[in-house]
Amino acid sequence: MSSILVVLSVQDGRIKRSSLEGLSRAVFVSKKLQWDVSVAIFHGDAPSFVEEAGQYGAKTAYCVSNPIFNSHLNTPWITGLSKVIELAKPRLVVVASTESTKDILGAVAIRSQAAVLSDVATFDVATFDVAGDIVVCERPIMAAKMMAATQSKEPLVIVSLRSGSYEAVKTTETSAEINIVAVPFDFDSGTLTATLKEIVRSTGETVDLSEAKIVVAAGRGVKDAAGKALIDELASITGAAVGASRAVVESGLFPATAQIGQTGKVVSPELYFAVGISGAIQHVAGMSNSRVIVAINKDADAPIFDVATYGLVGDCFKILPILNAELKKILS
Amino acid sequence: MKFCVCIKQVPDVQSTVQTGRMVLNAYDASAVEEALVINSDSTDEIDLILVGPASATETIRKALAMGANNAFHLVVEESSQLDSFAVAHLLAGFLKGRTYDVILTGKQAQDSDAGLVGGMLAELLKLPFATNAVGMTALAGGLQVKRQGDTGQEILILPIPCLVTCSNDMNNPRIPSLKGIMGAKRTTIATETGTPGNNRTQVSRVFPPAARVPGIKLSGEPGELVAQLLSKLQSEAGVL
Ligand SMILES: Cc1cc2nc3c(=O)[nH]c(=O)nc-3n(C[C@H](O)[C@H](O)[C@H](O)COP(=O)(O)OP(=O)(O)OC[C@H]3O[C@@H](n4cnc5c(N)ncnc54)[C@H](O)[C@@H]3O)c2cc1C
Ligand SMILES: Nc1ncnc2c1ncn2[C@@H]1O[C@H](COP(=O)(O)O)[C@@H](O)[C@H]1O
Repeated sequence: MSSILVVLSVQDGRIKRSSLEGLSRAVFVSKKLQWDVSVAIFHGDAPSFVEEAGQYGAKTAYCVSNPIFNSHLNTPWITGLSKVIELAKPRLVVVASTESTKDILGAVAIRSQAAVLSDVATFDVATFDVAGDIVVCERPIMAAKMMAATQSKEPLVIVSLRSGSYEAVKTTETSAEINIVAVPFDFDSGTLTATLKEIVRSTGETVDLSEAKIVVAAGRGVKDAAGKALIDELASITGAAVGASRAVVESGLFPATAQIGQTGKVVSPELYFAVGISGAIQHVAGMSNSRVIVAINKDADAPIFDVATYGLVGDCFKILPILNAELKKILS
Repeated sequence: MKFCVCIKQVPDVQSTVQTGRMVLNAYDASAVEEALVINSDSTDEIDLILVGPASATETIRKALAMGANNAFHLVVEESSQLDSFAVAHLLAGFLKGRTYDVILTGKQAQDSDAGLVGGMLAELLKLPFATNAVGMTALAGGLQVKRQGDTGQEILILPIPCLVTCSNDMNNPRIPSLKGIMGAKRTTIATETGTPGNNRTQVSRVFPPAARVPGIKLSGEPGELVAQLLSKLQSEAGVL
């Protein structure tokens, strides 16, 4: 029987929601094909995530327990994932599209002789009597200006899935025991070709941007520390993550981890506030899948209004204090 | 340090109409810039390699005009649709017989947005690598690379030889000087015919994304704007 292997990304001690979205989609696709779904967990304490994986429909869990996976380094990840692929022999591997997975996909594809469909918005397996299975997907190209229906007939295909593409849903089946396979992994640190010196975390990040339900994003119109304080206040009132355009990351007003767009992160929250952001194509590439977009911009012709659900034409320094005060009343 | 920068010619995504204007991939321009900055005190040369149709010479000249020294052009048919895998194979074939301290690529091509060639090439050449670099410093016998990770910046030490994929957040590529442009015109570009292998993926159809439901623009005094917005968010959108 063919199978789908889903790699679960763990961040800050939790399975990333985007991985569970990929797992849910894999379970859905495998049902109609009567395939198996397994997961691969790379962490110092991999078995601690197995139960949750089972709740989302995984039947087998490959646990690669090694503390080296608690911070990201590409060499052990490439070796570890290639090893699990060799063991599990899946037809399709699904990973969440994150900076950590983007770092290893190309190398893993060469080592495991796989095709890669990166940063996809949808994926499926089409079955034909003669041609066999074909992995099909739709992926944004040209800074998300266009979509490309892309496919691969290779016997092993890896897809990386954009966050927010599918719903993460627990299975309703009273599930049988999940089968645990402990994969021995002794990484000889002498073979580490890149050495991690340190990780500089941006401070004050309270909500993970790529998974947030509400995002408050700032652009050049937010100007200075006083503007940033208004953004932070709006985010804290609404429980939102703070995002930013490239302009204010470059100026140092916001951390690089907050950047949303073609170079930065892709987000798809329920509600996105674009404050003082012009709406350049490279920014819109990272946020146009948000369900409701509120744009605040003093230029009535700013392109951000083309994608905004509600466009407020005005000065953010005048609007935000009132918005924050009113929201405080409603939400408290 | 001897650098080789892999550069791609891509359609200008910025242009609103399909002008067919072709440009140097922005991420590759940052890679060229970084090589120039790191090598500014060195007599070592910076090479460029591009896989593309004959018409891509224009883009090679642009990168030469920034200050790179030599360029190689693996010429493929105008009609060939190469995926990242096919490109990585061609580049690996070209680079195998040559020695460079550092190979640079862009973190992704602005048209395909695939972000795969760098990692594939590193694995084919068995080189240590780092992706999505936003900073780079030369060390004795190595490179210190700052990469943008999921939760912050990861600082890595790579031995030489190695490969790095560059983000455009790394620097602001220089605008070529007139002298640079004139010099680039005189540089001989070494051309070879590229014979691509198989693609592992095929694009079957390209189409515009589903249009968003048209929104509404509110205007008025700040207080009125906020009142209108909040009522819409609560009653219409149901997000608060
Ligand atoms: C290859 C490539 C990749 C890129 N990747 C990204 C990316 O990932 N993310 C990204 O964001 N950009 C990216 N960019 C940059 C992008 O093209 C734009 O330059 C950038 O998004 C502009 O940021 P901005 O909207 O904040 O600034 P601007 O374009 O300067 O817009 C500022 C806006 O603020 C408004 N404003 C000013 N004052 C006020 C006020 N008081 N109240 C309300 N509104 C006000 C102005 O009307 C204007 O519309 C990329 C570019 C390239 C070439
Ligand atoms: N045709 C090409 N010729 C030379 N380098 C390329 C070519 N295509 C891609 N690259 C390099 O690989 C990077 C990533 O491309 P991609 O995997 O297509 O996103 C680019 O930024 C370039 O540095």
